[in-house]
Amino acid sequence: MQVPAQFEYHKATSVDDAIALLTRHGPESFVVAGGHSLLPMMKLRLAEPETLIDINGLDELATVTVESDHVRIGAMVRHSALLSSPVIAEHFPIFTDAERLIADPIVRNRGTIGGSLCQADPSEDLSAAFSAMRATAVIRGADGEREVPVREFHRGPYETAVAHEELLVAVRVPIRPASGSAYAKLERRAGDWAVASAGAMLRVDAGTVAEVGIGLSAVGAAHFVAPEAEEYLRGGPASDEAFVEAGRISAAHCSPSADQRGPVDYKRHLAGELTTRVLRRAARRSRGEEA
Amino acid sequence: MQITVSVNGESHVRDVEPRLLLTHFLRDELRLTGTHWGCDTSNCGACVVRLDGVPVKSCTVLAVMADGAEVTTVEGLAHGRTDADLDPVQEGFMVCHGLQCGFCTPGMMLTSRALLDRDPAPSAATIREAISGQICRCTGYENIVRSVQWAAAKEAATRDAADADTDSSEALA
Ligand SMILES: Cc1cc2nc3c(=O)[nH]c(=O)nc-3n(C[C@H](O)[C@H](O)[C@H](O)COP(=O)(O)OP(=O)(O)OC[C@H]3O[C@@H](n4cnc5c(N)ncnc54)[C@H](O)[C@@H]3O)c2cc1C
Ligand code: FES
Ligand code: FES
Repeated sequence: MQVPAQFEYHKATSVDDAIALLTRHGPESFVVAGGHSLLPMMKLRLAEPETLIDINGLDELATVTVESDHVRIGAMVRHSALLSSPVIAEHFPIFTDAERLIADPIVRNRGTIGGSLCQADPSEDLSAAFSAMRATAVIRGADGEREVPVREFHRGPYETAVAHEELLVAVRVPIRPASGSAYAKLERRAGDWAVASAGAMLRVDAGTVAEVGIGLSAVGAAHFVAPEAEEYLRGGPASDEAFVEAGRISAAHCSPSADQRGPVDYKRHLAGELTTRVLRRAARRSRGEEA
Repeated sequence: MQITVSVNGESHVRDVEPRLLLTHFLRDELRLTGTHWGCDTSNCGACVVRLDGVPVKSCTVLAVMADGAEVTTVEGLAHGRTDADLDPVQEGFMVCHGLQCGFCTPGMMLTSRALLDRDPAPSAATIREAISGQICRCTGYENIVRSVQWAAAKEAATRDAADADTDSSEALA
């Protein structure tokens, strides 16, 4: 039987209280959100925080709100809530696609958007989806809020721009009229982490790619993005040949590692194929041909 | 740390270590051993209980996180002690052989109950999706799906009968 090492436990009553608790308890204190990454690590003693600060009671972080030209997704929004949100399905089908494939429905009832981004697992799905959407992370500390593009949020595996005495409070995603987005992932079995996955956002103006974002996960893409493929597409035709070429470019530039989920060449192939597929689907959605 | 947790409608006050997992709180502190524990990786779902109505893997929730919450375990599914008091989901598992060894069964039944509460007529695909985070090593899932469909049909029939009752009393009035 695996049990976590001992720790002190505090329930935060507000974001400011959580920040004050993190400050008071020092570097060995951790925030716990859904706990579905942290608690398994604590059970295996891969993490041994001295203090846990529980932010599950912070309902103000658990809302999805439309704010003029963007949607603000609170850090404590559960995967299941993102999946069932009509606002998200309307503006950002990429998240609905992704959430159907993240973990399993029971884990999704507990795991949060903020926890996923802050865990910064190299195979984490939402980081790729938010990067494709060119979203912005909202981080709060004792001195107030600051914003960091999600593309600069990840500092490496399991490392983010959130300092110890700060909290990720929300992610802001721009609403782009006449755009489309999509996500696809290959998994070995239902509920497993990705062998490879890709997400895309496209805004097409008179047949030309006006805006594009391509996110990749589990294939060693820096910051979960494929900038070379984006560069190739931007300003060019939104054609099937271009999407195939963009897939080839993103496959060439990622750097997967071999593990129990597959060898390098297989993952590279998937990165390319999935990139092409999500670009096609995002394009169809931008034309209103697909929900 | 002192916590108060309502389990199957009964309030329990206990002094627990923060590291105690909800599974072990239920099994070891309250002796409700119907909630099973089958892995260390949050994968198997043998430990599923409802936390304020929502199915969760209780091995990945701290007991202290359930302070002030309402938990339903498999022991809370039946209304009493006879077969007639069983939840339709339990009846379905009995009638359709939804279990063999029974290890996965409590978690499967709680997830199924929660599914039927929000979707009274789920398709086979919806049922399979709902239980996709739970492992059964015996049944091949086929009979679990049938069991849930049986429960859904029974509840639909009960609702129809109740509606017919209201209709006929309205006709009389
Ligand atoms: C069986 C299983 C399968 C899974 N499969 C997938 C999958 O396929 N794809 C996928 O992407 N994920 C998967 N996950 C991970 C799942 O999505 C987790 O829920 C998620 O990664 C972490 O969210 P959490 O709320 O549980 O975070 P927690 O475990 O509570 O926290 C994770 C880390 O983030 C920190 N943190 C949390 N919230 C904040 C905040 N607001 N501000 C600052 N720091 C914070 C914590 O201190 C901790 O270090 C899986 C998990 C399990 C158990
Ligand atoms: S005991 Fe396996 S998921 Fe909880
Ligand atoms: S009945 Fe044996 S594991 Fe499901």
